[in-house]
Amino acid sequence: MPIVDDALIGRIFRAESGRSVATLIRIFGDIDLAEDAVQEAFALALRQWPADGLPPNPGGWITTTARHRAIDHLRRESRGRELLDQVAEVADEPTGEEAERVQDDRLRLIFTCCHPALSIEARIALTLRLLGGLTTAQVARAFLVAEPTMAKRLVRAKHKIKAAHIPYRVPSEAELPERLRPVLAVLYLTYNAGTDGPSGDELRVEAIRLARAINSLMPDEGEVAGLLALLLLTESRWPARFTSDGALVLLRDQDRSSWDRALIEEGHAIVRACLRRNRPGPYQIQAAISAVHADAKTFEATDWSQILDLYDQLLALTPTPVVAMNRAIALGEIQGPQAALDVLDGLDLGEYHLFHAARADLLRRLGRHDDARRAYALAAPLAVSDAERVFLGDRLETELEAGRHRGRPA
Amino acid sequence: MPRYLLSTHSVAGATREPMTEEQMQKAWEPIQALEAEMKSAGAWVFSARLHDPDTATVVRVSGDEVVTTDGPFVEAKEHLAGFYIIEAADLDEALGWASKVTKLISSPIEVWPFVDTAGG
Repeated sequence: MPIVDDALIGRIFRAESGRSVATLIRIFGDIDLAEDAVQEAFALALRQWPADGLPPNPGGWITTTARHRAIDHLRRESRGRELLDQVAEVADEPTGEEAERVQDDRLRLIFTCCHPALSIEARIALTLRLLGGLTTAQVARAFLVAEPTMAKRLVRAKHKIKAAHIPYRVPSEAELPERLRPVLAVLYLTYNAGTDGPSGDELRVEAIRLARAINSLMPDEGEVAGLLALLLLTESRWPARFTSDGALVLLRDQDRSSWDRALIEEGHAIVRACLRRNRPGPYQIQAAISAVHADAKTFEATDWSQILDLYDQLLALTPTPVVAMNRAIALGEIQGPQAALDVLDGLDLGEYHLFHAARADLLRRLGRHDDARRAYALAAPLAVSDAERVFLGDRLETELEAGRHRGRPA
Repeated sequence: MPRYLLSTHSVAGATREPMTEEQMQKAWEPIQALEAEMKSAGAWVFSARLHDPDTATVVRVSGDEVVTTDGPFVEAKEHLAGFYIIEAADLDEALGWASKVTKLISSPIEVWPFVDTAGG
């Protein structure tokens, strides 16, 4: 019997509130009303659950309580009473059909939150707030903006949804590819935002949880599965990515025994299912690349030719300089650092810290320490996260050291 | 039913090759066909094409006086060139019409929701 404390209730709400908010938006057609009502249910749970124990179905309790709260609110205003007449009464205990609609509700809501008519910042913020159950303060912290700024962003986005009548429904089959792309991008960006910053763990967990939810709701969409697998496989390496004092550890140097085998197994199974389906897309291919890395017992044992093959496919689908860079790095593992450097020097990625970091690493391996030092010096100030900055700074130090050993001024 | 303004813009100084009468007719036909489609779908409320910005006039109050000047009011490179007012169930439906229009005229189109006056 778990102790019912605020932390446990918080976790339950984080997991369940997206479902409740989505259902209430369907019933009442009003995002603010739904949010407020679920928030009130949360406050009530904090008072009642520690004394009474957990209700048998906490998610159902939250939705039912929030629905009663919303109805109370509407009764108090005249416009609300009109709305109440229009709102169909729903049974307290979901029937089979109702339970299915609850699933659909979350799917509807994520397509509303990630509608292309909203800015990318607004899409991410809305998704985390409404579906992820993060507070405005938590969302603000995750994106390093002040809480009032984030609150304003959310208010504006919700106003646009209402004013422009952005629909609350799953897009038709014909619209789906175009509309699914921003949804997956939001989850991917959310996960990436979680690889840095003070509330990183929350964001990564949330991105994976939502990817799982969408995957279970749309099991036939290969790219949804691909994204989920990519996130799981990336997350599996998380424990090995930093030393105990927070320094970044490159894939090459990671302690592979600390990789999370359960996540790798799950990711692998999804990648295999994607291969059987044989409708590749960018996320599926990136997941496959991740799976090849996860397969290798040591860095040296990595099947680089398979990785290069996959990068060729990825580059054909998404011919961006960043993909070309990553492909060149794989090429370098097969044909040597000079081959990779030749490709890199033709790419226009001067603003991207990992480009300079990759060049620096290749130059270092070629013994061109002065050039390597210059490249590390370019990379460090462009780095996004502190861990990366520290890492690149350390490498620069090492190269300076190497310069001194050769008796040259640093 | 929500209403939307679909507006198209002309860019100052962007002159096009003058069209022959026949070319004009040819360009106009699909636009008329789309308008007919909007009407039969019950989406069309009103539509119009506007003359050049040079032809616009501004009227404003200055102190107690009403002053009339050469327009347009907004000093910009782009000016309103034409618009549709449509009714649609939601934004996606409005965007559907907007994409049909933009494909025909090959220039971007803005979709603005009306403020609901009927208590919405």
